[in-house]
Amino acid sequence: MQEKVGNVPMDADLKWVGTRQIRPDGMDKVTGKARFGADYNLSGQLVGSVLRAPHAHARIKSIDISAAEALDGVKAIVTGTDFPEQESKMSPAGEMMVNYNHIRTTVMATDKVLFEGHPVAAVAATNQTIAKKALKLIKVEYEVLPHVIDVLEAMKPDAPVLHADLITAGVSPAPTKASNVANRIELNKGDMEKGFAEADQIFERSFDTAPVHQAYIEPHACLAVVNQDNQAELWVSTQGHWVVRAHCARLLGWETSQIKVVCAEIGGGFGGKTVVYLEPLALRLAEKSRRPVKMTMSREEVFRASGPAPGTHVKVKIGVKNNGKMTACFTEMMYQAGALPGSPVSQGCMAAYAPYDVENVQAIGHDVVSNRPKVAAYRAPGAPMSEYAVESVVDEIALKLNIDPIELRLMNAAKEGTQSAHGPKFGPIGLIETLEAAKNSDHWKAPLGPNQGRGIASGFWYNIGGQTTVSVVLNEDGSVNLTAGTPDIGGLRASLAMMAAEELGVEYNAIQPVIGDTQQLGFNFLTGGSRSCFSSGMATVEACREIAQEACKRAALIWEIPEDAVMFEDGMVRPAGDNAGAHEPMNLRDIAAIAGKTGGPIVGNCSINAQGAAPSLGTHLVDVEVDPETGKVDVKRYTVIQDAGRAIHPGYVEGQFQGGAAQGIGWALNEEYIYNDKGALDNASFLDYRVPVASDLPMIDTIIVEVPNPNHPYGVRGVGETPIVPPMGAISNAVSRATGVRFESLPMSPPKIRHAIDAARAAGSTDLKM
Amino acid sequence: MASVTLVGNLKLYTGGVTDLEVEAENIRQLFAKLGEQFPELKEHLNESCAVAIDGEIFQETIIAKIKPNSSVQLLPAIPGG
Repeated sequence: MQEKVGNVPMDADLKWVGTRQIRPDGMDKVTGKARFGADYNLSGQLVGSVLRAPHAHARIKSIDISAAEALDGVKAIVTGTDFPEQESKMSPAGEMMVNYNHIRTTVMATDKVLFEGHPVAAVAATNQTIAKKALKLIKVEYEVLPHVIDVLEAMKPDAPVLHADLITAGVSPAPTKASNVANRIELNKGDMEKGFAEADQIFERSFDTAPVHQAYIEPHACLAVVNQDNQAELWVSTQGHWVVRAHCARLLGWETSQIKVVCAEIGGGFGGKTVVYLEPLALRLAEKSRRPVKMTMSREEVFRASGPAPGTHVKVKIGVKNNGKMTACFTEMMYQAGALPGSPVSQGCMAAYAPYDVENVQAIGHDVVSNRPKVAAYRAPGAPMSEYAVESVVDEIALKLNIDPIELRLMNAAKEGTQSAHGPKFGPIGLIETLEAAKNSDHWKAPLGPNQGRGIASGFWYNIGGQTTVSVVLNEDGSVNLTAGTPDIGGLRASLAMMAAEELGVEYNAIQPVIGDTQQLGFNFLTGGSRSCFSSGMATVEACREIAQEACKRAALIWEIPEDAVMFEDGMVRPAGDNAGAHEPMNLRDIAAIAGKTGGPIVGNCSINAQGAAPSLGTHLVDVEVDPETGKVDVKRYTVIQDAGRAIHPGYVEGQFQGGAAQGIGWALNEEYIYNDKGALDNASFLDYRVPVASDLPMIDTIIVEVPNPNHPYGVRGVGETPIVPPMGAISNAVSRATGVRFESLPMSPPKIRHAIDAARAAGSTDLKM
Repeated sequence: MASVTLVGNLKLYTGGVTDLEVEAENIRQLFAKLGEQFPELKEHLNESCAVAIDGEIFQETIIAKIKPNSSVQLLPAIPGG
């Protein structure tokens, strides 16, 4: 464990941290000069293209590539046999444990195709037209098998089984028959029987959520080259280039050191770019052809073959006293994993009741495979679905018990010292502060119009640290180069430069931050888990403090006094006291100018496995207006309130808040995968898969709460994931309060709302408001 | 001795035991001792497990220190998007 560095007090007078500086990568981005994944090109490059399965589930009887190979302009073709077999077990991959058999199967089918769009072969040709023509010449003979798409259908005993060797883990004794349930997880705290016996009332409901795509604007893209010495270089849009390197090396059977990965600017990832799809294919094609190979996914391919967040079915049962105090909370959740095991259901189980201080909790999760693309992480993976279901029932409790929903949450809120349902006692957390801020906000007090409802929901995410390397170089003119290894998705370079400027006492513009490639730094885990500002920030501070210490050492050599008689303060090296002698203080520029003559270049390097990430909790308020004729929901007002620990760059913290809310609005109201009876996706485009556009959204207001994380020198908590947790609950609660109908299914699209209103009217509901 | 709680499915490999006392100065020693006591548990500890020590969650490290009176929970690893 790295040594914890001295913390900067929250009331310290800071020059850069907490201000809103212009991002160093901003000008290139707004002028179109920044290079994203598909912007890289090399002389003589080929175009790589993927042949994808037309069936949801089928056995591959044969693949004949001879006609395609004979086509003029085709330089290489790969199929599943071009990638070494991998044992089906958890193996280390950088900082993660992954199943390489599953990754290999996702990247390229071998004996079976498991979802429509599953890669079967890939071609590298001199141009796109030839590549597409070659794909048509590849003859694949399939034996079509029965398929299953829905999570509950996939759990039935008579469902088509995807994997003949898949025996449910987490069950004792182990089942003797294969099924689509890969894993059963159970978390327990306290005594459920006692908790429900103590309750005055019990509330119980079941909820469904649709799978949703991360919908990053930039599709997956990469450019690969393998030279005659078998040294490979890969330019790629990714959230973690060291992880890409680890995966590709393993999938190709290469040494890690053979591959250099350069991360391009990234046009969004949200968890969806933490995995590999095209990269191993491009590298193998480049190796075979000895030409650079560029591959990009179309939007349709992104939808058909890259991981969405899982669709789910979640049951919730909460017991409460008549005063609103929760006595027992139960949930059972079924999460789609896609075609291979590994949904984030355990995180869903652990997060479901994390915002609450409840003595008795049980969460049961099922990880279920079906004929869909393998799911990938999506902001706070697993948490939004379970917390949506819980927050909906919490709102129903508030309504039925006639308790203000903020007061109900305050009564049950987790705080410092609460033993969480998933195990650890919380350190300082800011849920209560977010609820108090919500209560005191103008939004909460504003009147509502006709057909309008106001919803509230809270949300939790853990946040993580992980392996991180940062290098800071004091140049000979006093300027500073900062090299980090976590891809910059939300303003990381600016935030790191601000912390570095603060530590070194130099101007913000004196710091030039870049994201280095895999040959420039030691291992960096990916940008995910809301970790980059936390972990790379921690490493930046330590690297800068190493420079400050070295600057003191150099001054001591010049002044011929002991090193500990020199101090670094406000960017100046000065004698530490009167007995150190009367020496003229020097700034870093002075020290840099004599660096060569006093021992050589001054560099601060920090390699850590950052620990101490602290959870971030948030509360969202939303006003909606429901059109009783069409069922269309308009979001009229939205406020995100979240604990950021300390906001290094408040503008980018707000950006994370707003982005999470915008994506959550899509998740709540419109986004879903629509499969036809053949198991093929019918809405693989932004025309038919409806993400919110600017005209769908109000200005999303933000309130930053700052309860510092004691484990970070500046108090940072990750903020990127929590904002997507509360929106679905908040919006569902708002729609329910506007209509008088409790909604149990996402997305709440106009036909669904219209149908629910009609059904409530037909049933003579007295709660119906329209 | 530190009080250790196994969260989630790890109890399947301990014959149902979820709470125990373990003398260990760090995560490496904790895993070794739990592995000795419950051989089936060993691979699952190394596979994908986070360790909370007095409220702070540690992942992918075996050197974090455990105090004699620490409260320790072993829980499923936490990924991120």
